[in-house]
Amino acid sequence: MRFAEDEPAEEQLPWPQFTVSNLDFYYGNHKALKGINLIVPNKRVMAFIGPSGCGKTTLLRTLNRMNETVPGTRVEGSIRLGDKDLFSVPATRLRRVVGMVFQKPSPFPKTIFDNVAYGLRLDPTIRRNEIADKVEKSLRRAALWDEVKDKLHQSANGISGGQQQRLCIARALAVEPEVLLLDEPCSALDPISTAKIEDLLFEIKNLCTIVIVTHNMLQAARVADYVGFFLNGELIELNRAKQIFQNPENQQTQDYVTGRFG
Amino acid sequence: MSASYPPMSRKIINVVMLTLTGLCTLLVLSVLLTILGYLLWKGASSLNLDFFTKIPAPVGQAGGGVENAIVGTLKLLALATLIGVPIGLLGGIYLSEFAGGWSAFTIRYTTDLLNGVPSVVMGIFVYTLVVVPMHHFSTLAGGIALGIMMIPIALRSTEDFLRAVPRSLREGGLALGASKSETILTIVIPAAIYGILTGIMLDIARVAGETAPLLFTAFGNLFNSPGWLQPSASLPVIIYTYAISPYEEWHKQAWAAGFVLLSGLLVLNIISRLILARGKKISHG
Repeated sequence: MRFAEDEPAEEQLPWPQFTVSNLDFYYGNHKALKGINLIVPNKRVMAFIGPSGCGKTTLLRTLNRMNETVPGTRVEGSIRLGDKDLFSVPATRLRRVVGMVFQKPSPFPKTIFDNVAYGLRLDPTIRRNEIADKVEKSLRRAALWDEVKDKLHQSANGISGGQQQRLCIARALAVEPEVLLLDEPCSALDPISTAKIEDLLFEIKNLCTIVIVTHNMLQAARVADYVGFFLNGELIELNRAKQIFQNPENQQTQDYVTGRFG
Repeated sequence: MSASYPPMSRKIINVVMLTLTGLCTLLVLSVLLTILGYLLWKGASSLNLDFFTKIPAPVGQAGGGVENAIVGTLKLLALATLIGVPIGLLGGIYLSEFAGGWSAFTIRYTTDLLNGVPSVVMGIFVYTLVVVPMHHFSTLAGGIALGIMMIPIALRSTEDFLRAVPRSLREGGLALGASKSETILTIVIPAAIYGILTGIMLDIARVAGETAPLLFTAFGNLFNSPGWLQPSASLPVIIYTYAISPYEEWHKQAWAAGFVLLSGLLVLNIISRLILARGKKISHG
């Protein structure tokens, strides 16, 4: 894994959030990830791109161990979160530090307030009177506060799809995770909602490390600092976004980003 | 799009099928309404305040009612719910959220078998288990019999409604750091609660009319049954007792009791459908 040669020194390898070494992943007997080696830099946006079935979502879901909820999966190799082994802490504790937003906006069938407060209420150390403030803070960060502040106690199913997805982002941000994983968060949304979400990713970048899986290369070019291109379960190239899109080192990367396949 | 689309043959088939299915629906409704109407016609003269507030009077004496049977049925259903619902609910949760492979198959299979046990056999079973050691009939035995009969339906209906909750909601909870149990308790069950409640209400309606098991357990009582350890009257059994008796007065009361029982079940069904509809509206609104 190499970064561009002409990088200024202080940008070289920001402190790694995740270090993935020789990762193999199996669904039963099918090897979905082969020998993945990469580093996710701290407080940056990294995008995983690649054609359908290349393993980018599988890798994303490994980073918060969501794949363990699927029977028959197996991981070999190592992942470190900071300097700790990812598998050494209980999965529930890990997921409070590494949050996830899914492709289909899935608010709980509760009120808007209760959706955002859900993660907060799981933590017995957070006092009841702090929750309302934290809910407001999260909704503001997700650029949703002004639109929902008068209907906090109405059902979350009563708002539009784009608003629901921002609600899911607010819900994930409420517990103040170090990392936010996003699995094609805009693929079910219209362009205006997509733009709003991309804008808020710029805003929250300095709060947490972001890893986003996207099918939309233009989106990756817009939001990402670093991009990893995956094909058939292998990491083909990992580099700064500018490099991947303008001057990729690998022919397959070149073919994919110019639309020759995918 | 020309004026001859759809073709005449399709239009004719459409009308014919619409008429046929409409007629079948009317047929079903009319059977129900005929039964209700007949019961009302035959028993209306007995439906007065005394009917609902007094226990049976000696034959030949006017007045008297089935208050002991109504109270008895309510007590039996309360006890049956207390026994059948927790077991069915927890079993359904286990089947939907935790069981896999062989254990799931076994639980489902035995539950379906239990559901198929004839109600009279259930009555004899509880007779042997509860009535014989106690040396007399009781509300308790009747409640146990009906409760066991409630388990399979509560279990399968709970399982079905829990399975219908989308996986994305469970993943959303897990991704926030909730454990599997927390996710089930705070997200999955609340999402399915309307359906589960409806299933329970329909379950109660189903066992409310069972007569055979009560013949061997609660048996019957011409008076009020104090507490839970005495034999108890119930609506289905009193209908049976009155109907086979030679007294015209009691026949009329049997019709009326049948009307009350059927109306109660109808109301329970309608309320549960309304609850389910409201629940669907809330979760998808």
